[in-house]
Amino acid sequence: MSAVLRHREMLLVAAIALMVGLIAMRFPAFARPGNLATVFNDTSILVILALGQMVVILTRSIDLSMASNLALTGMLVALTNANYPEVPIPLIIVEAMTIGAVLGAFNGVLVWKLGIPAIVVTLGTLTIFRGLTFVVAGGTWVNADRMSADFIGLQRGMLLGLPVLSWFAVAAIAFFFLLLTRTPLGRSLYAIGVNPSAAVYTGIDVGRTKFIAFVLSGAIAGLCGYLWVSRYVIAATEVANGYELTIIAACVIGGISIAGGIGSVGGALLGALFLGIISSALPVIGVSPFWQMAISGTAILAAVILNARGERKQGRIILKKAEAA
Amino acid sequence: MSTVETARRRIPDRLDTPLKGTLLSWEMLLVAVALGIFVTNSLASPYFLNPWSLSDMTFNFTEKGLIALAMALLIISGEIDLSVAATIALASTLMGMALQSGADTPTLVAIGILTGLACGAVNGALVTGLGLPSIVVTIGTMSLFRGIAYIILGDQAYKGYPAGFAFFGQGYVWWVVSFELVLFAAAAVAFWFLLHRTSFGRRVFAIGNNPVAAQFSGVRVNRVKFVLFCLTGLMAGIASVLLTSRLGSTRPSIAQGYELEVITMVVLGGVSILGGAGSIVGVVLAALIMGMVTFGLGLLNVPGIVMSIFIGLLLILVIALPIVWRRFFGRAM
Repeated sequence: MSAVLRHREMLLVAAIALMVGLIAMRFPAFARPGNLATVFNDTSILVILALGQMVVILTRSIDLSMASNLALTGMLVALTNANYPEVPIPLIIVEAMTIGAVLGAFNGVLVWKLGIPAIVVTLGTLTIFRGLTFVVAGGTWVNADRMSADFIGLQRGMLLGLPVLSWFAVAAIAFFFLLLTRTPLGRSLYAIGVNPSAAVYTGIDVGRTKFIAFVLSGAIAGLCGYLWVSRYVIAATEVANGYELTIIAACVIGGISIAGGIGSVGGALLGALFLGIISSALPVIGVSPFWQMAISGTAILAAVILNARGERKQGRIILKKAEAA
Repeated sequence: MSTVETARRRIPDRLDTPLKGTLLSWEMLLVAVALGIFVTNSLASPYFLNPWSLSDMTFNFTEKGLIALAMALLIISGEIDLSVAATIALASTLMGMALQSGADTPTLVAIGILTGLACGAVNGALVTGLGLPSIVVTIGTMSLFRGIAYIILGDQAYKGYPAGFAFFGQGYVWWVVSFELVLFAAAAVAFWFLLHRTSFGRRVFAIGNNPVAAQFSGVRVNRVKFVLFCLTGLMAGIASVLLTSRLGSTRPSIAQGYELEVITMVVLGGVSILGGAGSIVGVVLAALIMGMVTFGLGLLNVPGIVMSIFIGLLLILVIALPIVWRRFFGRAM
């Protein structure tokens, strides 16, 4: 099974390398390490969000409310900073993750305790959180002149040659890698996705584990709320509008199965980078940014067709092994 | 017939339910909610109870409602289509292109409807032909269809639709009864008949409850699903003609976010998102409720973004309350 997974990720690595290579033939500057680091930094928020979404998708659920959660949390921390500039930034980050986690817990409780399908719950909270963003700000917005220098500057600071924002992404990658491969919770997340009934018989509390997944994705969305608002230096109702589907697209391109149980940190990372490289490359090669949406649509369809073939092959391999045994 | 929560597990042994079951059904709950909102609106705003106001209110749900009728069948069969709003954008853009090369009104309408049908067929072919999950396929085609509209239009807009074309979205058949409302009513009757009175409708329920069993019972599962995707695309094409006619212009961002409102309508109407249960009456009531809530709040000068809080809460509450009720009172509501 790991061979198949590695194969699928290698395919994505090859696709990304080919894409960068083709662009570099015409525009060598694009492939310079400095520029690639910039592309990674530009994609960091999407990478972090895709990792949070992946945890939910693994359990056969989906979180459509992440972008709205991001907007609401971003607005709340921006308002905190505008009204109480003396609050230290680490505390702001804790606030962002806590608010995000509470919003995620709201989704999680409805899925866990009432058994409402995740897609329905998060479809509802998608509009509720977005509407609340408007209400808490009274229809206004917070921009650069009301944010403190630390609030904006933290992620722009350099650490070992990379911006702090990139280090947030690196930390998220490490955290989710350890969580999914080295902890019982990580194994439960996969087990629920592969076979929920079997998971119950092995003693996994399916509802509670899903709840934890939603709290995690919520906390991640909250963290990205702060990162997004301080990066683009604007907190408004329309922040990241419709971005929930970009996050899911990154996961799908990264080979995370919407049917649950299949996916890896590397896949989510590569899926997000694939979309990030396209959006940075289009202006370089002189293609109108209006092409971006159609290209990501095509990429999603190509990825899902390729992955479906991969999953079928995997089934056959298992059958063959069973025959041999 | 049967209640929403139980249909997946309990197959009714007879088709006519006792009176008590009817009174406690999902549809009756929706009727009560609709009446409550109607009375609240009438009390809250002096402008609500007026034939022209009520007629304007119907425009809030007719276009989305048309799509919701077909989407209900699709969701009952266990699939979903997130690309309907993008289909509207693409159909509208192609109509605008045809307009630039001097197409007349019948040609414009044909292009809109056929584009919708083609988009539905693409979704259907990808889902049934290649066996892919519909949620992912339609997230992909959603980007692709709207992406093509953006490639064609960029930041431009098409304007100057002919006067005759305006009838579909702005015309009235009789007094305050708009063409859109008549079309929605006719489509609702047609879909009710298709789902509840034909063998095709029984097959849709059978597939939603157990696709494997349906396959072994001789139902051509993939063909039925393909037809349902085409129907949903067709309705999105019709909605595109109506919306383009009503707005009188096309931008690539047209109908942004409609897919989620359509799905909210369907789920609010009592259709199980897991498939296998639902009714057209429920969907029509849900469309009416959403139209009244948004229109009533609009009369009170509530901004659209705040209305969306009410819609989201309505969706969660209407689904959560019967579950909570059953837990505390131990019987189905």
